[in-house]
Formats: sequence, structure tokens, C-alpha cells
Amino acid sequence: MGERGTVLEGLRAFRLIAGMWVRSSMTYRTSFVVTMAGNLLMTAMDFVGILLMFAQVDSLGGWSLPEIAFLYGLSVTSFGAADLLLGSMDVLGSRIRDGSFDILLLRPVPVLAQIGADHFALRRLGRITQGALVLGWAMWSVDVDWSVGKLLLVPLMLVSGAAIFSALFVAGAAFQIFAQDAAEVQNAFTYGGTTLLQYPPTVFGKDFVRGVTFVLPLAFVNWVPACYVLGRAYPLDLPGWAAFAPPLVALVCCAAAGLVWRAGLGSYRSTGS
Amino acid sequence: MSVTERPLIELDGVEKVFDVRRKTGFLKRERRQVRAVDSLSFTVARGEMVGYIGPNGAGKSTTIKMLTGILTPSAGRLRVAGIDPSRERTRLAHRIGVVFGQRTTLWWDLPLIDSYRLMHRMYRIPDARYRENLDRCVELLELGDLLAAPVRQLSLGQRMRGDIAAALLHDPEVLYLDEPTIGLDVISKAKVRGFLKELNAELGTTVLLTTHDLQDIEQLCSRVMVIDHGRLMYDGALAGLHEVGESERILVVDLERELPPVEAPPARVVKVEGPRQWLAFPAGESAAALVARIAAEYPLVDLSVREPDIEDVIARMYAGAVPGRTEKAVS
Repeated sequence: MGERGTVLEGLRAFRLIAGMWVRSSMTYRTSFVVTMAGNLLMTAMDFVGILLMFAQVDSLGGWSLPEIAFLYGLSVTSFGAADLLLGSMDVLGSRIRDGSFDILLLRPVPVLAQIGADHFALRRLGRITQGALVLGWAMWSVDVDWSVGKLLLVPLMLVSGAAIFSALFVAGAAFQIFAQDAAEVQNAFTYGGTTLLQYPPTVFGKDFVRGVTFVLPLAFVNWVPACYVLGRAYPLDLPGWAAFAPPLVALVCCAAAGLVWRAGLGSYRSTGS
Repeated sequence: MSVTERPLIELDGVEKVFDVRRKTGFLKRERRQVRAVDSLSFTVARGEMVGYIGPNGAGKSTTIKMLTGILTPSAGRLRVAGIDPSRERTRLAHRIGVVFGQRTTLWWDLPLIDSYRLMHRMYRIPDARYRENLDRCVELLELGDLLAAPVRQLSLGQRMRGDIAAALLHDPEVLYLDEPTIGLDVISKAKVRGFLKELNAELGTTVLLTTHDLQDIEQLCSRVMVIDHGRLMYDGALAGLHEVGESERILVVDLERELPPVEAPPARVVKVEGPRQWLAFPAGESAAALVARIAAEYPLVDLSVREPDIEDVIARMYAGAVPGRTEKAVS
């Protein structure tokens, strides 16, 4: 089976398993409705926090509210997509500890797809929805002359951003195979990453921005391409083409994450019984 | 197909070494190597039913996990149905069935039938095969009334039967069972054993099972392998194991009144408590003949026979194992 076949097989398995989890969650209808509502409210509060800040100030690091909303929408929507697909990676650690990871290894479908679909929850749609709404509002209210190129860059950013976050989730999962209870470390990078990207690079120290650009290339999820769209100066004086680098960066991240995942899976040692 | 059929399972000098890190201080760790499986070699022919036993931590589960591709051997050669399990785990998955007694593959909150429908699609089982296999499992494992029930409502015995069915829907050539009767009541155990026997006899499915229950082995397996400290200690018939282990069964007799120790060689009294006496006799001897002799000479009220504990048999085996005296014991 080639790489392409594996990917298709993985998507099929994802769909099957995610379907089982959705049906499982439907058996507790009240709980489902309550968590769905709670999730929408919680993610909404996230942006309300930013709105409250702007009730006191006119700009943050030199960025206006619609511009910050643009960053926010890009970050949250792409993160939400990755979270929908792979957000359960943090249960991998507990699956390894209780031994139920072995069961996944016995099935004739890619493990990554099974882990991604593990505990799949529709409530995660709440985050994407909210992110997309904020993004829509930001694009409408921001002071930008929307050319076809800039418009096309938005979906490209979302797809690349989702891929970069997905790579983070996968790498984090691989790390959990080594470290077993490192879910919090992974969350620091994924949830932490999406939160920091909601603020403009100008509020962070230069060394930090350097790290987020060259080491853990989160800057390519939204900062760099958003600077191009908004006609702002690039962080770190990056060259002009850097705004179009996200797909390439995403590709490199995914390839690296794939290698790390394989290494992690190869080092799996199971539990005692 | 070649003329001489290859064994279904082949192990040649298989080893599994774990690196164990132990905390010896803040951030300081000591590394130690643990050999869970040590130069293990055996073959299992198609259609065999083999018991794989040994004390806890002997390497049973590690072996099963290598045979399923969950773990990669550190050294040696391992093939199942001609496939290297750890290299082609997903391809092998179509050809093996696995039941872990302490873990379920069933979906907790969904009706039992939903788990089977997932298997149907995940393994791409042709519709006709799926229906045929499901019908057979439902009938023989008495699952008919359970299909619509959420798995969380099933008893342990029912769930185990459900798990066994789930492992067989895709027509595996070999079935691994890790403690399939653990925690089950007598009736459930009998059902599971009866089903496995039939499966092996009718479909020729090769079965490899680990267990702590000697009766599982006695009723199912013509061949038993004993492993300890990662090494194969014995490979042969169960009767031979009793000989090697010089194991003894215990006959407990209740007499009408307190009497001096019963004399019935080769049995010997090991304990007396009022009218109750405990007699040890070689596991190979017939209990019936012994009971008949005692009943003829003593006022017998009640009796029971205790089978030797498998751990016990193995412990004795090590204590008494003399090379050359064993049937096929591997050292």
C-alpha cells in the first residue's frame, strides 16, 4: 500500500471511528446538548476577553481591533480544524497507561487515524464556528483593499495553519509515547500556540518571535501572511515572499511530524500485561 | 501452496529486551536491561490448539504482543502466516484474531451489534461472509438476546463471549486468547471452552491461549508450552507436564468420625482436621480408583478433589527438573 493508499485508508477509518464516537455521545443526549452549549459559550468568552481589552485601549502593539480579530479568526479557525481532526491526541497517554492502545494496534487501519478519531466530539465544531464568525467580521471591517490574491491567501492560510497545528498535535502524541504522561506539555504547545497567535508579533520580544518563526514555525499560521494582507511590516524583516511560504512550512512540519510519529510508534513498549 | 506446509507460527531465537529506567534521584536515572523474552524458538502448525502458560511476568503477554506486531522483537526471526508481524502489522491484522481477557474491543455505550458492524466495515468483510460468521457466533455463543443491549450492560461473561465473536468475524487463521476465562463463572467458562473447541474442530482455526486456569488447558489443548523468565521450559503434552512437575492432586475426604490417617498408597495423608483428611496423590493416578478403595475400607461421607495449581506444577517442575528425565522439556 502506497502513501496515498494509506492516507485514504486512514481517512476512511477516521470516518468510521468518529461516527461511532458521535453515536456514543448521542446516547447521553442531555450531556451532549449541555457540553455543546458550554463549549460554544466558552470559546465565545475567549473573544469577549479581547473585546473587553479594547474597551480600554484603541490599539494593541499598534494593531487595531479588526486587525487583531483577523489574527484571532485565522488562528482559532485553523486551530479548530486541527483540533477537530486530532484534538484527542492528549488521551493517547492515558490509553498507553491503561493498555488500551494495544487494541488500536490490532486493527487493520492506521493507528494515527484511530487516535485522531478517538473520543471524537462534535462539540469541537463550536471552536471553528466561532473562529470563522470572527474571521468573517474581521475581513469585512478591516481596512484592506481585497484583491483576488489576498482573498485567495485566506483559505490557503487556514489550510496551512491547520496542517501546522496538526503536525504539532502529532509530534506531541509521539512524544507521549516516549514520556507517557506528557499531555500537558503537548497542550502547552497547541493551546498555548493558538492563544499567542491571537496577539500581534509586536507585543512579544524579538527572541521569542524568532523562536516562533524559525524553531516552531507558528508565525506562518497567521502573523507573516496576515502582515502581507494588512500591509504591515513583517516581523523580523522577513523577505516579501515569506507571506506565501505557509504551505511549504506546513509541508515540512507534517513530514517532520510523520517521522517523529513513526519513531514514537517504533519505540512503543506496551504495558506489563 | 507448497507441498510441505509451513508452520503457521514460527519463532527462531526471538528476544525482547526492555530498557528499564529507574529514578535514583532528582532527574537521575539508572538504566537497566530486562530480558522479557530470551531466545525463544517454537513453531505452531495450522489447526493446533496450544496452551501457553507460565507465572506472571514470565513473558507470555510479551510473546503474544510480538506475535500480533504490537511489539518489535529485539532479535530473532518471527513469522505468522509468513508475515513479519511488526513490519506488516496492519496486513497481519486481517489474518489474526485477538482477545485480551482484561481489555475489550467493544464499544461501551453502543449496542453490541454496532461493534460488529464496525468490524464488518473496518476489516472490509464481504457481506455474505460477515452474515454467516455473525450468525454462527451468535448461535454458538448465545448472543442473540444481547445484540441490541449496550455493552456496558453486559455481564463479564457475556462481554467475553461478545469479544470472542468480534475477533472471529473476519475469518482469522489464528486466534490468540490472553486469559479468556479470567473472572468468569463456571457456566461462562464452559460456554467459552465449548465454543473454542468447536471453532478449532470445525473451522480448523489455530488457537494459542494463555491462561492461569489449568482446566482451560486440560479441556482444550493437546499441547502446552511453559515459559518462565522469558525461556521456554517445557513443550509437550499436558500429561507430560504433570510428570515433569511431579505434581500432585489433593483428595479431601470427610469421614463419619475422627479416625487415624487413611492408608491408601500411593496417596499419603498430608493433613488431618477432625473427621476431615487431606490426601496427596500423583496427578497421573486415577482419582476414581483411589476413592473406590477408600470408600471400601472407611466410612466415607463426602469428598472433593483439588487440581494442582498451574503455578504449583511449574514451581515443582523447576525444583525437580532433571535433564534427561523430561519428555520434551527444553532447558
